[in-house]
Amino acid sequence: MTKPPRALAALGIALAATLGVLVLAQAPPLTTLAVLFGGGIDSGAAWMKTLSAFIPLFLCASALLVTYAAGLWNIGVEGQITMGAIFATGLLRLPDPAAFPPVPALALALAGAFCGGALWALLSGALRVHGRVHELFSGLGLNFAATGVGLWLILGPWKRAGMASLSGTEPLDEAFRLPGFAGKPASMFGVLVAVAAFALVVWLLRRTDWGLKLAAVRQNLKAARLIGLSPGRRMLEAMALCGGLAGLAGGLLVTGLYHRLIPSISGNFGYTAILAVLMVSLAPWAVPLSCLFFAVLLAGAVQLPMALELDSSLSGVIQGVLVLAFLAAGRLGLGARFSGDGS
Amino acid sequence: MTETLAANLAAVLFAGAPLALAALGETLSERAGVINLSVDGTILFAAMAAFAAARTTGNAWLGMAAGALAGALVAGVLAVAGLRLKAPILAVGFILTLLCRDLAYFLGHPHARQPGPDLGVWAIPGLADIPFLGTVIGRQSPVVYLSLAALAAITYFLYRTRAGLCLRAAGEAPRAAFARGIPVQRLRTLYCLVGGAFSGIAGAAYSLGVKPGWGHPQGAEGAGWIALAIVIFGGWRPSRVVLGAYFFALIQVAGIHLQDSLPGVPATIFQIAPFPVMIVTLLFINIRRSGRFRDAVQGLPLLGRLAGKPPAGAPGALAGVLDQDAA
Repeated sequence: MTKPPRALAALGIALAATLGVLVLAQAPPLTTLAVLFGGGIDSGAAWMKTLSAFIPLFLCASALLVTYAAGLWNIGVEGQITMGAIFATGLLRLPDPAAFPPVPALALALAGAFCGGALWALLSGALRVHGRVHELFSGLGLNFAATGVGLWLILGPWKRAGMASLSGTEPLDEAFRLPGFAGKPASMFGVLVAVAAFALVVWLLRRTDWGLKLAAVRQNLKAARLIGLSPGRRMLEAMALCGGLAGLAGGLLVTGLYHRLIPSISGNFGYTAILAVLMVSLAPWAVPLSCLFFAVLLAGAVQLPMALELDSSLSGVIQGVLVLAFLAAGRLGLGARFSGDGS
Repeated sequence: MTETLAANLAAVLFAGAPLALAALGETLSERAGVINLSVDGTILFAAMAAFAAARTTGNAWLGMAAGALAGALVAGVLAVAGLRLKAPILAVGFILTLLCRDLAYFLGHPHARQPGPDLGVWAIPGLADIPFLGTVIGRQSPVVYLSLAALAAITYFLYRTRAGLCLRAAGEAPRAAFARGIPVQRLRTLYCLVGGAFSGIAGAAYSLGVKPGWGHPQGAEGAGWIALAIVIFGGWRPSRVVLGAYFFALIQVAGIHLQDSLPGVPATIFQIAPFPVMIVTLLFINIRRSGRFRDAVQGLPLLGRLAGKPPAGAPGALAGVLDQDAA
């Protein structure tokens, strides 16, 4: 007798739990779910919103595959996105838009975003490797610190002429924005970047010596040290690559979506990406799917306050419940495994 | 002058109370061998539950009970997934922290920015009228007395009772404890729930006392992570853990004063100040615990004396999980 796929069992559990939460909140369950899913897929504009969330989510999830491969709990992705956004904004404030060609300017800004995120992640990595501070604490603390730096810049040195406002810095010059798509200002260039980054990460982890070394570090730190793999170095490299990709996501948010630095620009993408990766138990092939699914939820949740006077955090509830359901379904042995190498 | 000092000390005790409660709960849980990373989300979820219950019933103490129950409920999910189903417990705790935060904001939406009851202030007869002491400890919110009572009770329980010994054995040497007939798994489940209830009480202490009311954001965000760091900082010992809570409360109180004297700096900057401090204190404490540092210091005449005894480390079952060896 063949069992149904485990994913179905988990989806069933999660759906039941979500309906329970909706009933508890006295929300109309079916209408709410319709708004939540429809808001992300029922029109071209909805798909644009979904893809705009998908870009940073997929980039960060790819980035997290690297640190998980090294056995690191990088929860500092939020701060790494923010730092990337800050570096990109800072670089694009320097040149005169009329005189400097836009393509190298944008390329430099995105490279700067990569470096900003990587530096922030390296700080966390160095604290772990040299300072014995668990990356959970440094990552979280640095998330708050990055938010603080961003706010300080927005309200202080980079404030809009004449007024400091939480709406963000002065918008970027038209020339320094990534081109919009289908007449909308949001750029879809990031989709290409994210797909390329994902391919690079999977290749690095599955097909190179470096990926094998990371796996060795994850599985047995002591043995890795004894056979001379320098686990500290490998961890720092993994952190740098992860932070760089997260920073790139921040740079793309600035140049492709918001066109300025805004407070909490990281928009929880860093935390959501952790859930997206954990849901598929780190199986790389399923990461694009979970990210796309979560992006649909995020785009749909934006409609909830206006359509039904519900808080948009419902998307986070469903995501969390789903991940727990997948974990539980796996442990309870419900359904057939959908992946040969999932744990 | 002395009255200002007394008022500030009172403010530190007040701001530190929920941190101390959450950190004491996590200390119990970790001493039994269970790391509960969900503290931050638990605090928010319980804060919402407590405020909602208090607003519906009109009784702040029923709200407090609801908060404790909510905290135990979250810990129950962790216990089922992490202890019974043996899912990776750090992952489950982290997922729960994100889930509970969003759940709190979703379910708490109707209660956001609404007036509601709070726990008020207790004047302790006799103590309240003493000049200095009265201000510091005589006329305080009940959450302050609750946190001090929790410290006394947990210290006594851990070090002076047989059940406390069994708890420590379950966390220190689970195999040996099991061999001696201690039901390790059952104890861990129990103290995970108790620890969660303490986090829940901490959440209630926020929404019914220290940061009254409910909103998005509530204002207690990140407190749970500070509490988790305080447990490490305090070397898993209740008295030091509570001192750590007051240290972070002091930073918060100082921030409020600095905010008044530096009006040009945005308020959020002061709100994030505890987090870099958290990293630096962990760095300091973990370096002091490291063998390399102790070897290096031992040879120096003055520093060797100053370094003193090595600070207490993690319970045996958790060694290296959160205060790891350098790679």
